[in-house]
Amino acid sequence: MSSSPLLARYAECIFWLARFIERAENLARILDVNETFSRGRSAAQSWLSIVQLNADEERFYKKHRTPSAERVLAFYLTDADNPTSILSAVTNARENARTLRPLVSTEMWVQLNTFYHRMGAIGPGDMLPGSLSRLLTSIKEACQTFTGITEGTFYRDQASYFYRLGQYIERADQTTRLLDTKYPLLSGGSDTAAAVEVGQWHALLRSASGYHAFRRVHSSELTPARVAGFLLFNPAFPRSVYLCVREAADALAALKHHYRLRAGNDISEGLDGLRAILEERSIEEILAGGLHEFLDFLQDYLIAITDRVSAAFFARRPVSGGPNPAAAAWPLAPVPQIPS
Amino acid sequence: MTGFVLDGYDPQGFYCEMLRCAATAALRQRLDHLPLADFQRRTAAAAQALYDYGITFTLYSESSAIDRILPFDPIPRVLAADEWRQIERGIIQRVTALNLLLDDVYHGQKILKDGVIPPDLILGNPNYRPSMHGAAVAHKAYVNICGTDIIRGGDGAFRVLEDNARTPSGVSYVIENRHMMLRAFPDLVDGVGLRPVEDYGSRLVAAMREIAPASSSEPQIVLLSPGIYNSAYFEHVFLAREMGVPLVQGSDLVIEQDRVYMRTIAGLHAVDVIYRRINDDFLDPEAFRPDSLLGVPGLMRAYYAGNVALANAVGTGVADDKAVYAYVPKIIRYYLGEDAILQNVETHICREPNSLRYTLDHLAELVVKPVGEAGGYGITIGPKASRAELEECRAKLVADPANYISQPCIDLSVAPTLCDGGVMPRHVDLRPFAITGKSTWVLPGGLTRVALRPGSLMVNSSQGGGSKDTWVLEQGLE
Repeated sequence: MSSSPLLARYAECIFWLARFIERAENLARILDVNETFSRGRSAAQSWLSIVQLNADEERFYKKHRTPSAERVLAFYLTDADNPTSILSAVTNARENARTLRPLVSTEMWVQLNTFYHRMGAIGPGDMLPGSLSRLLTSIKEACQTFTGITEGTFYRDQASYFYRLGQYIERADQTTRLLDTKYPLLSGGSDTAAAVEVGQWHALLRSASGYHAFRRVHSSELTPARVAGFLLFNPAFPRSVYLCVREAADALAALKHHYRLRAGNDISEGLDGLRAILEERSIEEILAGGLHEFLDFLQDYLIAITDRVSAAFFARRPVSGGPNPAAAAWPLAPVPQIPS
Repeated sequence: MTGFVLDGYDPQGFYCEMLRCAATAALRQRLDHLPLADFQRRTAAAAQALYDYGITFTLYSESSAIDRILPFDPIPRVLAADEWRQIERGIIQRVTALNLLLDDVYHGQKILKDGVIPPDLILGNPNYRPSMHGAAVAHKAYVNICGTDIIRGGDGAFRVLEDNARTPSGVSYVIENRHMMLRAFPDLVDGVGLRPVEDYGSRLVAAMREIAPASSSEPQIVLLSPGIYNSAYFEHVFLAREMGVPLVQGSDLVIEQDRVYMRTIAGLHAVDVIYRRINDDFLDPEAFRPDSLLGVPGLMRAYYAGNVALANAVGTGVADDKAVYAYVPKIIRYYLGEDAILQNVETHICREPNSLRYTLDHLAELVVKPVGEAGGYGITIGPKASRAELEECRAKLVADPANYISQPCIDLSVAPTLCDGGVMPRHVDLRPFAITGKSTWVLPGGLTRVALRPGSLMVNSSQGGGSKDTWVLEQGLE
């Protein structure tokens, strides 16, 4: 049986399916870590930072006068009108999977379909402090189950490379957002504040499943710089930005090599450029120039990559995806300068 | 509700598929030893599995789109080997005659000149496509996929109720119902000796290869669907997977120099055969409905140029019109010189004055159907209609008689069916599926639809119908 090239629309759907699953998982991680942060601080401010992180202020305040744990949690867990909620991510993933049913394995579809139905059954009681952690864990595990089923059952042809490409681009983006949750705290302060802060970096690492891996690299002191550096640059940690960019580049290279695709050279160049930037920077330089600014830069860069992927392979504008700015030369934004 | 599945089952005077047939003895015996509570529990698990697997159709009558499973009744409907032989031969005969009719209608129109069918019934039919006149269709196979609705009345004889020669649906449930039966009730199936249903997809691919344009040695086949919002989307997915071909939408296809291409990650890729699940009207906005967003502009140009095959061919709707249906026995005799193996239901064509008068005089006893509709829409069942409904029907008949036929109200056969109150008789029909390329093959069995509402004769999924696994036995029993 000769295999025909993958339909452009399917490539687009599989790319976004992977992204939405990854997005749901990471949003669950972010909510989980924030729950830890919010203890002993101004809770409202802490939950507001989640809204700011996703640039959702306008949408949020249209519905709610003030941020509170319940409101922010409902907004990100079960609000079908909020396109950045976990429910929306899972719904979008399922809609893409529905389109992809001729390609995805039955087990992938069944797991996602039941996950979707479970998301629809979440009630206010599940989001109370006593149950929230269990709920977030179950969401995270449902996403991981999907990822595992995909690894074990998804036919390894062109579509699987688009899946990996989407998965790692989204994961890189989400790691920058997770790291950004700590941004408002990084401004230093008294010794007691510093002690609290170390505890919170600790929690951040755990929420990224990175604590034990971190300890293998840094057995001594846990400092903010080391944690941020680990999440950005570590070449072996599966959620580091560096590793994700490398995996995305590998997926693209394999796709182009195995299927002799001529398009997408600019994407390879862009990913190589991003990798070089990550290799050249030290965490000290980045902290001095502003972590938040660097994370913003990375996010814009990844958006530009997505834009190029759409133009090269999807034959039209994404219909199911996120922001889509006009294409620009690499790098999209100037790399933040280091003050001398 | 204690006891066993068939305890106290009473067919209430109707012809029963289970009790009147010796071939069901083995199944009856098993059901007689199966506790009802256990049966209900396993049925509920099977329904949940169908939902989880997404073996669903989508309903739009409510405010939003809702996925529903086609209710699955776990008590199979059994056809004896000799019963099936008759149905199979009858369907092959019928499909052959319909293809000969279409070839004639779109070429020499001999049958019209010979006065066998009133010419305006064909030429004035909204589903007649004048642009198909003279077009070459491989093997003269216009209707590549046909679904024939068959019922059984009180006398136990099979009769054809209608032909579905455009884009018949339901075959995915035949195969999924069998899978479900084997998973949930292996003890009922084991050792009975059933004709398999699994090779439908490969038969369909083989037929699609047979109708491909001669120029393509390794034809690219695709299945064209209206997309995920179509109520039969699951079936489109199912068939594309069974056939191992891409499932495309109109927007995936593009015509260049009268050739069809699909948009892929590597650019445009040629397409040779399209199994389309879109009606003629929506295929090509240049040729038919200009407002169609589902189709492909220029597709008909490629089709007429012989560069792409469509299954079914364009213009088959004229053959499954409910008024043309009344002539099918004559059509069979005309082309094949044979008597129809499967009888029609007696039909009054209201375009004929005598038939209209008869219909109006006996409205309360008859079933009145619009000629061009499917899915059970627009039907008035006289014995079950209110006075107001009958008057509304009368007004429509008088205003536009040519749009209607009437038929006697037949007591469809029943089959024991698991209902909330226990096992009850419910009316059933049968839709076998025939595939035609160079020759015609009929999938053993077909879709048994069951009217789940008490007393209802409406088996359509849009009207509260469900389905059963249909068993064709390999051998006759004593």
